[in-house]
Amino acid sequence: MKRYSAFAIAREALRHHTGWERAWTSPEPRQRYDVVIIGGGGHGLATAYYLGKNFGITNVAVLEKGWIGGGNTGRNTTIIRSNYLQDPSAAIYEKSRGLFETLSQDINFNLMFSPRGVMMLAQTQHEVRGYTRTAHANALQGVDTEFIGPQRVKELCPIMNIEGPRYPVLGALWQPRAGTGRHDALVWGFARACSDMGMDIIQNCEVTGIHSEDGEVSGVSTTRGDIACDKLGIVVAGHSGRLAEMAGFRLPIESVALQALVSEPIKPCMDVVVMANTVHGYMSQSDKGEMVIGGGADGFNNYTQRGSFHHIEETVRALCETFPVINRLKMLRQWGGIVDMTGDRSPILSKTPLGNCFINCGWGTGGWKATPGSGWGFAELMVRGYSPLTAAFGLERFREGRFIDESVAAGVAH
Amino acid sequence: MLQLECPNCGVTAEETEFAQGGEAHLTRRGPEASEQEFHDYLFAKENPRGVHFERWRHVNGCGKWFHVARCTATLEIFGTYSAQTLEPPREIRDRISKKRPGWSWREFA
Repeated sequence: MKRYSAFAIAREALRHHTGWERAWTSPEPRQRYDVVIIGGGGHGLATAYYLGKNFGITNVAVLEKGWIGGGNTGRNTTIIRSNYLQDPSAAIYEKSRGLFETLSQDINFNLMFSPRGVMMLAQTQHEVRGYTRTAHANALQGVDTEFIGPQRVKELCPIMNIEGPRYPVLGALWQPRAGTGRHDALVWGFARACSDMGMDIIQNCEVTGIHSEDGEVSGVSTTRGDIACDKLGIVVAGHSGRLAEMAGFRLPIESVALQALVSEPIKPCMDVVVMANTVHGYMSQSDKGEMVIGGGADGFNNYTQRGSFHHIEETVRALCETFPVINRLKMLRQWGGIVDMTGDRSPILSKTPLGNCFINCGWGTGGWKATPGSGWGFAELMVRGYSPLTAAFGLERFREGRFIDESVAAGVAH
Repeated sequence: MLQLECPNCGVTAEETEFAQGGEAHLTRRGPEASEQEFHDYLFAKENPRGVHFERWRHVNGCGKWFHVARCTATLEIFGTYSAQTLEPPREIRDRISKKRPGWSWREFA
């Protein structure tokens, strides 16, 4: 693999950009691999990357039904934060946020990680108490957050109206090292790094069946032929239930549509990420100048990748109150993604009833920010059968009643 | 935006007038239930891509519960019916069979 660098750009500029090579190869699938990962989204590719980097396992295939970057990876609002209340969540999200800090250098691909700071507004007394508690919990977990007052909020984000008549801003949970990153660059960078290690990234390859022998997984059927494997990782987000059915077990998951939208591009006016949970909306400004807005999830099962219009209306109405300056903006694009919600809104990274078959799903509305940390922990789980990062996220926690009660996710009520 | 007809009061309205209340036709077992049965009742969801039966409540209307047969892949509504039944009525199942031959959902088909 040729490294990307300023020198590479200069060199290619002198020879009319004829020397760039494909970022990753597109091989025909082989008959057998040590590990097969179903799902070439962020979490699947991150798992493959850390299998290679941390454990030296490179006889790996990543099977993707569509194309790399065509699923939920490109549908989120790119926010990266780790200000969670419960210890298991804080651990895996903080691991992930920490990995983001040097990941661009590690995989030689510019992820445009921008630790611009994330604030979650407290607009009721209940939220003030809740976020103060979270800030104390974060201090114990080693996550750098603080509870700030309304004047500090106004300094950090001058376009905000902190004296809203109905929901005045009473303070905020502020995480200065949180921020945003470029979401499709992450999958492209991981795919390139995995391909460089000798792994096969196989696109347009849908899994149609899972084979087992004596209670252990033996391979998969795909639209491009049968592939045998020693270990199988299922990392397919919204469609996890269908893959689990093929493997012969059921998941505590329901799929719903979550929406986001962006405005026309405007000059820089906001250099932090703001989340407002009471009024149900969050917003940041992209490097292109668009205001990126996240809305709520629909309240019913849905696989259509589009949501109900009234959710957009509610979100935009709330944000116009909080940021009066945006109320003349036109919205350019709106889209939906299918998110897999578990009973306690926390993810599942677990062994399954089928031997040597592992599943990573249930990230709901909060998967993007966890991508590298999830891959790190899931790779360790697949190799060693145990990972301190994933131990609390087992499938058995629902039977045993050990929930991780967290509005993981967008920080927006579900 | 879904359009639902409440079989209790006969009003047809948009989804903002209703609230979804999870899967329909769950078996509520008594104190003798095993842990696995209770786990399945609480968490093991069908979550199909296609024909689905679910409970809805006419929250901003008559306030009563009813059942909806719906396709989660296209958002098509096959029909609504009373909550006072253990299985989807024959008429609605026939209507689904015409549009989605070979469908099945739990023990129903």
